[in-house]
Amino acid sequence: MSDRLSVFKTYKLYVGGKFPRSESGRVYEVTDSKGSWLANAPQSSRKDARDAVVAARKAFGGWAGATAYNRGQILYRVAEMLEGRKAQFVREVADAEGLSKSKAAEQVDATIDRWVWYAGWTDKIAQVVGGGNPVAGPFFNLSSPEPTGVVAVLAPQDSSFLGLVSVVAPVIATGNTAVVVASEKSPLPALSLGEVLATSDLPGGVVNVLSGRTAEIATPLAAHQDVNAIDLAGADDVLAKELEIAAADNLKRVLRPQPVDEVDWSADPGIDRMTGFLETKTVWHPTGSLGASGSSY
Amino acid sequence: MASVFEYAPAPESRAVVDIAPSYGLFIDGEFVEAAEGKVFKTVSPATEEVLAEIAQAGEADVDRAVKAAHKAFEKWSALPGAERAKYLFRIARIIQERSRELAVLETLDNGKPIKETRDADLPLVAAHFFYYAGWADKLDHAGYGANPRPLGVAGQVIPWNFPLLMLAWKIAPALATGNTVVLKPAETTPLSALFFADICRQAGLPKGVVNILPGYGDAGAAVVAHPDVNKVAFTGSTAVGKEIARTVAGTRKKVTLELGGKGANIVFDDAPIDQAVEGIVNGIFFNQGQVCCAGSRLLVQESIQDELLDSLKRRLSTLRLGDPLDKNTDIGAINSEEQLTRITSLVEQGEAEGAERWSPACELPESGYWFAPTLFTNVTQAHTVARDEIFGPVLSVLTFRTPDEAVAKANNTPYGLSAGIWTEKGSRILAVANKLRAGVVWSNTFNKFDPTSPFGGYKESGFGREGGRHGLEAYLDV
Amino acid sequence: MPTNASAAAHALTDVTASDSTLRRFLHGLPGVDAVGLEGRAASLGTRSIKTTAKAYAIDLAISMVDLTTLEGADTPGKVRALGAKAVHPDPTDRTTPATAAVCVYPDMVATAKEAVAGSTVKVASVATSFPAGRAPLTVKLADVREAMAAGADEIDMVIDRGAFLAGNYMKVYDEIVAVKSACGTSARLKVIFETGELSTYDNIRRASWLGMLAGADFIKTSTGKVAVNATPANTLLMLEAVRDFRAQTGIQVGVKPAGGIRTSKDAIKFLVLVNETAGEDWLDNHWFRFGASSLLNDLLMQRQKLATGRYSGPDYVTVD
Repeated sequence: MSDRLSVFKTYKLYVGGKFPRSESGRVYEVTDSKGSWLANAPQSSRKDARDAVVAARKAFGGWAGATAYNRGQILYRVAEMLEGRKAQFVREVADAEGLSKSKAAEQVDATIDRWVWYAGWTDKIAQVVGGGNPVAGPFFNLSSPEPTGVVAVLAPQDSSFLGLVSVVAPVIATGNTAVVVASEKSPLPALSLGEVLATSDLPGGVVNVLSGRTAEIATPLAAHQDVNAIDLAGADDVLAKELEIAAADNLKRVLRPQPVDEVDWSADPGIDRMTGFLETKTVWHPTGSLGASGSSY
Repeated sequence: MASVFEYAPAPESRAVVDIAPSYGLFIDGEFVEAAEGKVFKTVSPATEEVLAEIAQAGEADVDRAVKAAHKAFEKWSALPGAERAKYLFRIARIIQERSRELAVLETLDNGKPIKETRDADLPLVAAHFFYYAGWADKLDHAGYGANPRPLGVAGQVIPWNFPLLMLAWKIAPALATGNTVVLKPAETTPLSALFFADICRQAGLPKGVVNILPGYGDAGAAVVAHPDVNKVAFTGSTAVGKEIARTVAGTRKKVTLELGGKGANIVFDDAPIDQAVEGIVNGIFFNQGQVCCAGSRLLVQESIQDELLDSLKRRLSTLRLGDPLDKNTDIGAINSEEQLTRITSLVEQGEAEGAERWSPACELPESGYWFAPTLFTNVTQAHTVARDEIFGPVLSVLTFRTPDEAVAKANNTPYGLSAGIWTEKGSRILAVANKLRAGVVWSNTFNKFDPTSPFGGYKESGFGREGGRHGLEAYLDV
Repeated sequence: MPTNASAAAHALTDVTASDSTLRRFLHGLPGVDAVGLEGRAASLGTRSIKTTAKAYAIDLAISMVDLTTLEGADTPGKVRALGAKAVHPDPTDRTTPATAAVCVYPDMVATAKEAVAGSTVKVASVATSFPAGRAPLTVKLADVREAMAAGADEIDMVIDRGAFLAGNYMKVYDEIVAVKSACGTSARLKVIFETGELSTYDNIRRASWLGMLAGADFIKTSTGKVAVNATPANTLLMLEAVRDFRAQTGIQVGVKPAGGIRTSKDAIKFLVLVNETAGEDWLDNHWFRFGASSLLNDLLMQRQKLATGRYSGPDYVTVD
């Protein structure tokens, strides 16, 4: 058998359901844990961030308005697609994080299982965190969770796939749309995830994936007036503080990074990453009009 | 022949409340002077009469109060929930017992009608303590996991529009969950918080669990910035809310913010018109419109605009403006000269931008801070009076043609606190409520509040919820 | 002051052109949110009416009472006593205003007329097979004519609630028109809806407009013979109706809550509703009445209290 020269993949951004190169035309070199070249990844600019926000905003109404069942179906479909491309992700995760094949496979399995877990949450979270309130008056009073809107997600730097999915899935499971900034040093699993999402019935723009310098992309996102929330998982303390200050301009919901020693992406995630990007809406309505039958109307 | 039914003055007795000439800061269970010895005066906005002289907290006082709260935290948080509950039940009951006194006090210090303090503020204050009292020993079942822990010292800064009610919204859940409190009331309305300090004394609340620091914005900023404050809760303007969000950036302080609003009250052509008119009036003239969730934008379907405006104007002509202590007063005084200036300038801007201004014939008292109920018609989304929160008795009237357009206009604001929908068509209520980006939606009613019902905003109206099970989260380490 | 005119003359004539136009009109009236309506009524009920305002309100309320006896056991003696009381409600204080009317069954009208002769007190007669109204139209009209012949100044008719609830609005309308015609120009017509049987506020609003379209001089809540009679909320709703009707047609119609109003405090609350809903044009016994019996004595006791500063007692007012 002769050594066949393999075909490299050109990694591209995933924005609005399409795979553009960076508007800036820049790429940067992505290496494995030992420093060997893996690929050139697009180095997104602030304009790419802007385009991604536009795409995410455009997708928000439809995605938030889809039935929870439908969102669950689509998220489960993502898990199915991931399962089919497991080998690719195992290789990318192994390269990115310097893991053995078997360790990387564990990570990928856990990641797929996490998609499944969140797929099942779409039509349950409202019952867990919402419900009727027994107000002292003739009113029907109902609190329901609603997605906050467009969420900028800074994916964790070290956990290139499990960490990534652990922050992206809860955001979209609850009906938000996301602009995801991939791990700066290990962006390839994130960019490949974009390819999976594109073939999973997920409407374009619900998830947008940008690679590049985290600080460069996150800064305009944190200041963007049409972004409703930001997950700072992938920011270090200094950047996180700067971004939180910028985010105050339009009072974004901010999910701060966990302290480094508490980060464990394999742990039970709980529901905090979903509730962090949910608003509670409370609707009041009178309950009169039964008519007079004796004592009162 | 018909005659005129003039209501004779029916003033609530001021004798039920005994205001001392001066008050200190309430720190570690005692009233003390401010470290720098500063004082300020609180006046009755209806008469400009000085009610009392109040110690003015500064940074050193904040530090002292936070230390006291920090010290008290260990024991208070370790108390069995059932014991904390009983303190809160005591407080709720004492508030009920003293409700007339507190209502008169609040009316004097704030300027709002006694009708409101008596029938809305005080009952809700007592109910809020009663509600959260019951949670104190049931936190395991609140949906935040087993044995959820308090955060520590809660720094709370509250506004002047519902002084005691906002205190209740802050203190009741904080104490129920085992936190201790440093609370700064607004500089124009410190008295009811200081009376609350006395209620804590009567209830036997341990020293340092509640500390009250009257003062200005600098004291509030010091509370927010203090390193030993673990939780910040603020109700007030969006501008200050943003400043707070910047201050706490990079810390582990948990924050909840209840900020401004520009609520849309949407009236469809099939609305129950008479009730809608009442809802519009209640939405914007309750508490002189100094309400963050006020329905300050009336969106009326163009096909019924004339009819609705006629009814609304007729109704506004029956509003009774005057002495807040008179039991028949509907519209009281504006809380401060500063606020009156702001309202006046925004209204002048509205006129300058071409909106049509209307007020009923309305005689304003000579002393005090007053503003007549005001309507603006011919308003578009582009007018300042349709975009900026006025926080006064000023309603901007806009029109729409279709439900889609109503929703688009209602959501076309950086705020997202409240909205109203008036229609007899149930499916439309549900559809529109679903699309409105607002934390509280009142359909065929407005400005209803309840301790069990979560309250809070979307977007620049802030984050976090107060009230109900949801309100516990702000004070738990979850 | 706007005065009543014949039903045919006003701006809404087309509405009663046919069964279907009438139905469309009534069903096109704005809906009523029950909680909001009751909330507004309760909120007006917190008005504090003191001193001079209270004195004014009590005298006004006394002057608005339709002093009523509608019992199977009514006798000429009972009706004469009622008439005397209506003319001089408080024999110890001749400054007390007379009531607006006495209200009796048709066979007692002649007796009542004699009893109030020479005073301002009118005689109102219930008619049309009060209280059920379940009789042929011919019988109802005969009932009215008997009362008129005996000298009744006012006729309090009941509507056919069965027809109304069956959606047979034109039948209800025609009956009112017929009765109105029988009243001619010599008697004012009060139309009783029996709001407790109509049950919903939407129905009460529709009935109010139906009655006014048919030429009612007054719309009246109830007979006093069912569980739910006049309430602040249903009276408020009817006041809104007369207010809106005048705005559209120029015709002013009166309102009479009846049954269940027993205390001065209640009566004053109703006057507040009138004042702040229909307005001062209705603050006159030509346009607003209380259908009541025991209310009068409570008003008199309150009046004595205001005059003397002492609380009065039931032995200081007359039992009939």
